[in-house]
Amino acid sequence: MSDKIPVTVLTGYLGAGKTTLLNRILTEQHGKKYAVIVNEFGEIGIDNDLVVGADEEVFEMNNGCICCTVRGDLIRIIEGLMRRRGKFDAIIVETTGLADPAPVAQTFFVDEDVSDRARLDAVVTVADAKWLTERLKDAPEAKNQIAFADVVLLNKADLVDEAALGEVEARIRAINPQATIHRTVNCDIPIAEVLDRKAFDLDRIMEVEPDFLEEGHHHHHDEEMISFSFKAGEVDPDRFMPWISDLTQREGPNILRCKGIVAFPKEPKRFVFQGVHMILDGDLQRDWRPDEKRESRVVFIGRDLDKQAFEEGFRACAA
Amino acid sequence: MSAATIPSLTEAVTPLEAGSEVSGLGWLKDTAAFALSDGGVLLAKDGATHRAAAHEDGAILASVCDGKRLITGGDDGRVVATGPDGATALLAETGGAWIDALALHPSGAYAYGAGRKVVACDDKGRIKTLDVPSTARGLAFAPKGYRLAIAHYNGVTLWYPNLEPKPEMLDWKGSHLDVTWSPDGRFVVTSMQENALHGWRLSPDKGHMRMSGYAAKPRSFAWSFGGAWLATSGADAAIVWPFDSKEGPTGKAPRECGLRHARVTKVAFHPNVNVLAIGFEDGCVLMVRFDDGAELLVRPAVEGSGVTALAWDKSGGRLGFGCADGAAGILTLPG
Repeated sequence: MSDKIPVTVLTGYLGAGKTTLLNRILTEQHGKKYAVIVNEFGEIGIDNDLVVGADEEVFEMNNGCICCTVRGDLIRIIEGLMRRRGKFDAIIVETTGLADPAPVAQTFFVDEDVSDRARLDAVVTVADAKWLTERLKDAPEAKNQIAFADVVLLNKADLVDEAALGEVEARIRAINPQATIHRTVNCDIPIAEVLDRKAFDLDRIMEVEPDFLEEGHHHHHDEEMISFSFKAGEVDPDRFMPWISDLTQREGPNILRCKGIVAFPKEPKRFVFQGVHMILDGDLQRDWRPDEKRESRVVFIGRDLDKQAFEEGFRACAA
Repeated sequence: MSAATIPSLTEAVTPLEAGSEVSGLGWLKDTAAFALSDGGVLLAKDGATHRAAAHEDGAILASVCDGKRLITGGDDGRVVATGPDGATALLAETGGAWIDALALHPSGAYAYGAGRKVVACDDKGRIKTLDVPSTARGLAFAPKGYRLAIAHYNGVTLWYPNLEPKPEMLDWKGSHLDVTWSPDGRFVVTSMQENALHGWRLSPDKGHMRMSGYAAKPRSFAWSFGGAWLATSGADAAIVWPFDSKEGPTGKAPRECGLRHARVTKVAFHPNVNVLAIGFEDGCVLMVRFDDGAELLVRPAVEGSGVTALAWDKSGGRLGFGCADGAAGILTLPG
């Protein structure tokens, strides 16, 4: 795990400030070198770092998974970058303003050559504090980018008043209650809040989000983007595994992300999983601590999901 | 059979230190030319080595060899030819776009891919350019005639660079990576993102051939000297498909050679006899006599030293190999 190159994905609707954030990361005195994959040359160009131009080539996989798409260009570029292993510490992928983050994220789970060498660290979304609310109404891409994010930079926060900021934060929370939100001006933020988040590391899933599912179950509602979470005691692996696998196969196109920690009877270790659309990644992780309550917690973010059906399915897995 | 019990040729190997991951390998008559990830080309002859700085500020991503020169493409956007004496010549420069696909024609013509552009330069220096629908991945010239196969998303484009007709498209859904043309020109085969090969019979029927079941992408191909067999990497043995009938491998099972508990990364058929050299992810190199499966050990497994390049010289008397950690070697067959 540790020798895999971390990859941070920067998304954000047109004009939100992605390039500002990228330049900030690259010019900061941090002693690290980055390989940066961009769609347009020109606006950046830092001597010390490796800048690679990419055409966003989204490829469908012929594996029977209808929403399973990968970024073909990214697979090719990461293979090439590995020839310069040791000359950079991390990779940053800047996507276009209209990009769906899913194919980028899926690339790191679907392609073995990529997943052997690199790990997705986090999806960071830059949002325009003034215009996000409008974009969420008219641009599905903007909503996807918020729903997918591990970290949201609510940028240009100086252009709106406190009340408006609170409102737009509530809108973000309604779509994605899991993301960490930072208010920024000119994307001014400590780099550590953006890079090396380990948001996709199964070992870190719940540690980086201490508020994850505090009590009971939350239910945030957007017009179509929905997120909910459930909590139960121990679940039966013979019921839970087929359920989650079937659910993500069936509902995968509408599930953007899912995560969970699950307690199986007589299993000393926690089972931890995460998913992007139809792709599931799960493993037995560390032991349950004596002071920890052995309970199972799952969360889903997606579009037009039938919450009641999800909840009934989950409850039926109880041990 | 464990490595310890396989008859060994390891004492006939001259080890070399290339100093950087070997990304390709070709023979320039008696000189082995190793393309390196640090942009250099290491030339080795009779135990002596010297380096040519082919790509001074880049990594070599692709290389091809015709026995006279090793042509390399780099992430510096340059196409460079290196001769056995270490002299280098700049053939082309894209101004940034990576060169990760190359092909060399027996006439001396060459082609390279730079993003969605494919450039072909014939033996008289005439340059032709073709735009393809998505990034050109693999390139291969037909064995006869001046015709180029270009692998990309959703198929292969067959292009006569010096002729007017619209390029022909061989369709098959999915992302095609490397491409090879059978020595008799009848088959075109690609490796795919989905850990499979796909093939087209160009005559008589344009039929499809699907070759799947690999554990990884089969990125290395080798045709046997008569063209009857195609050996491939991507599994725990070399997977060798029969191409000795006009149907190709359709409906036939492949042969497996050199089964071990490690992934095959490189294959190279001997130029004159049915002997296959196989390089593994764990660093092991085997030679397998194809007819009876008899094995000879060329290099035992070495941790972190997966085989990344493998090539026979023209006579078949020497086998070169290069590895991920910069180790390399040349086997000289006894007798």
